[in-house]
Amino acid sequence: MRSVHLSVVSAQSCEAQRRSAVELRGVGKTFTSRTGQVEVLRGLNLSLQDGEFLAIVGPSGSGKSTVLNLLAGLDQPTSGAVFCRGEPVAAVNTGIGYLTQHDSLLPWRTVEQNIAVPLELRNIGRTEIAARVRDLIAQVGLEGFERHYPSQLSGGMRKRAMLARTLIYDPPVLLMDEPFGPLDAQLKLALQAELLKLWSAHRKTVVFVTHDIVEAITLADRVLVFSSRPCQIRLDEPIAIPRPREVHEVRFHPAFEEHYRRLWTALEPPARRPS
Amino acid sequence: MSTQALSETQAEPTLGLSGRVWLYRAIFVVVMLTAWQSASGTLLDPFWVSSPAAIFRTLVAWTASGQLGYHLLITFKETAAGFVLGATAGVLFALLVGANDTLHRTVDPFVTAIYGVPKVALAPLFIMWFGIGLAPKIVLAAISVFFLVFFSTLRGVREVDLKMVDALRTMGAGKFATQRMVIFPSALPWLFTGLKLGLPYGFVGAVAAEMMASNAGIGYLTQNSAGQLDTAGVFAALFALMVVTTLLNEALGRLESWIFRWR
Repeated sequence: MRSVHLSVVSAQSCEAQRRSAVELRGVGKTFTSRTGQVEVLRGLNLSLQDGEFLAIVGPSGSGKSTVLNLLAGLDQPTSGAVFCRGEPVAAVNTGIGYLTQHDSLLPWRTVEQNIAVPLELRNIGRTEIAARVRDLIAQVGLEGFERHYPSQLSGGMRKRAMLARTLIYDPPVLLMDEPFGPLDAQLKLALQAELLKLWSAHRKTVVFVTHDIVEAITLADRVLVFSSRPCQIRLDEPIAIPRPREVHEVRFHPAFEEHYRRLWTALEPPARRPS
Repeated sequence: MSTQALSETQAEPTLGLSGRVWLYRAIFVVVMLTAWQSASGTLLDPFWVSSPAAIFRTLVAWTASGQLGYHLLITFKETAAGFVLGATAGVLFALLVGANDTLHRTVDPFVTAIYGVPKVALAPLFIMWFGIGLAPKIVLAAISVFFLVFFSTLRGVREVDLKMVDALRTMGAGKFATQRMVIFPSALPWLFTGLKLGLPYGFVGAVAAEMMASNAGIGYLTQNSAGQLDTAGVFAALFALMVVTTLLNEALGRLESWIFRWR
C-alpha cells in the first residue's frame, strides 16, 4: 500500500531531507562511566518519512533505546546531529510522544488525572481537558476505570493509560520502547490491534523498538535490524504486507515467512558464538 | 467486660489481630499501674516514685483549677508554631537543595555537622538572644523539627524516579511543573516520616527551653514541681505531655493514610 522507499543511506539526499519527519545524521554516542567508555552508536544515519511506521529490532544493549532518547532530546549525541521535522533537537523534544517500557504513570493520580497531565502542562481549560480525556479513554478502551489509581490496574490497562496520555496532546511523532514487552501473548495482540487502529486514524510517524520480530513485521512499514554495539544497521527491510492489517492474520501472509527469515538471519550472524 | 470479650471470641473464632493487640495493651497498662501502685509505700518510698493514685489526684486538681489546660496550651502553641515553621523551612530547603546536585554536595557537610549538635545545647543561646517569652521555645522547637524534616524530604527528593521525571519533561513540563507534579508528591511519604519523627522532638525542644527559663508551659510545670519536691506533680506534667504527643501523632497518622489513599 505504502510505497517502498530507498535505503537509509539516501538520507543524505536533498529530497529525503526535505521530507523526513525524523532524521539522524552521522550520529555517534559514547557513554562515559567510572569503568570506562562505551561506544553505543557510530556514524548512524537514519531517516523517516512523515507518517511512516518504523520498527527497530536488535540485540540487548545495541543502542535501540539510545536512539529513542536522542530523538526525545533526553540525551545529546557525541557526534552528528538529530533532526525532528527539520529542526535540530537541542533540548528536550516536546513535539514527540515517548512511550517507555518503564511504567511512568503517576501513582498518586487517577487514570483520568494521569491522562490529563500533558494538557494541564499546556494550560488548557478544564472543560476541554475533561472532554478530550473522555474521548481518549473511550479510544483506548478504559471506560469505567477513570477514577482508578494505577496500582488498581492490570499491566495491560496501565499500558493503555500511558498510550492515552501520549496521544492526548497529539504529538506528530511517537517513540515507543518495547511498550508491550512484559505482557502476555494474547494481551499483546489485542494492544497491537489497538495501536494499528489508532495509527491508521491519526497517521503519526512512529519509531517502535521491540525484541519481537513478529511484532515488528505485524506493525511496521519498515524494519531495521541493529547490530550489537557500536551499532550499525545490518538490514533495512521494507515490509510488503498490505494495510489494513489484521494482527492475527499477518503471520499467514505469503510474504511473512520471507521477511521473518531475512530478519532472523540478520539478527543472528552466522559466525555467532555457540550459546 | 470479660464476658463480652469472651462472647465476641465465640461469635468470631478469629478475634481480629488489632482487637487482640488492644487487649494486650490494656493488660500491659493495668499490670504496670498495679505493680507501681502496690510497690509505692511498701517496697519504694513514695517520696521518690510517687504513685498512680497520687498522680491522678494531682491531674484532677490541676484540671479543676485550670492550671493544666493553661500550661498545656502554652507548650502546644510553642510546639505548633515551631513545628509549622521548621517543617515548612525543611521542605522548601530540601526541594531547593535536592534540585541542584552542586548545591547539594556543597551544603551537605555543613548541614550534617550542624545536625550533629545537640539542639538542647542551643537553648541557653536562644534564651540570651530572644528572652524568656515564647520566641526561644518556638525557635528551638523549629530547629529540632527542621533537620528531621529536611533530611527526610531530601532523601525522598533524591530517590525520585528519574524515568518519571523524563516522561513529564517530554510531555512539556518545565522545572517548576516537574517539582509540583512529580518530585513533591513522590517525596511526600518521606516528608511525612520526617513530620512524624519531628513532632515529639518539637515538644522536646519547647519543653527543654521552658525548663531553663520560663514562667509557663509543661516544662515550667515539671521544673516547678521538682523544685517543691512534688514527685507526683513532675509525673503528672509528663503524663499530660505524653497524652498530647500521642494524640497528635495519631492525628498525623490518620492524615497520612488519607493523603496516601492511592497506595
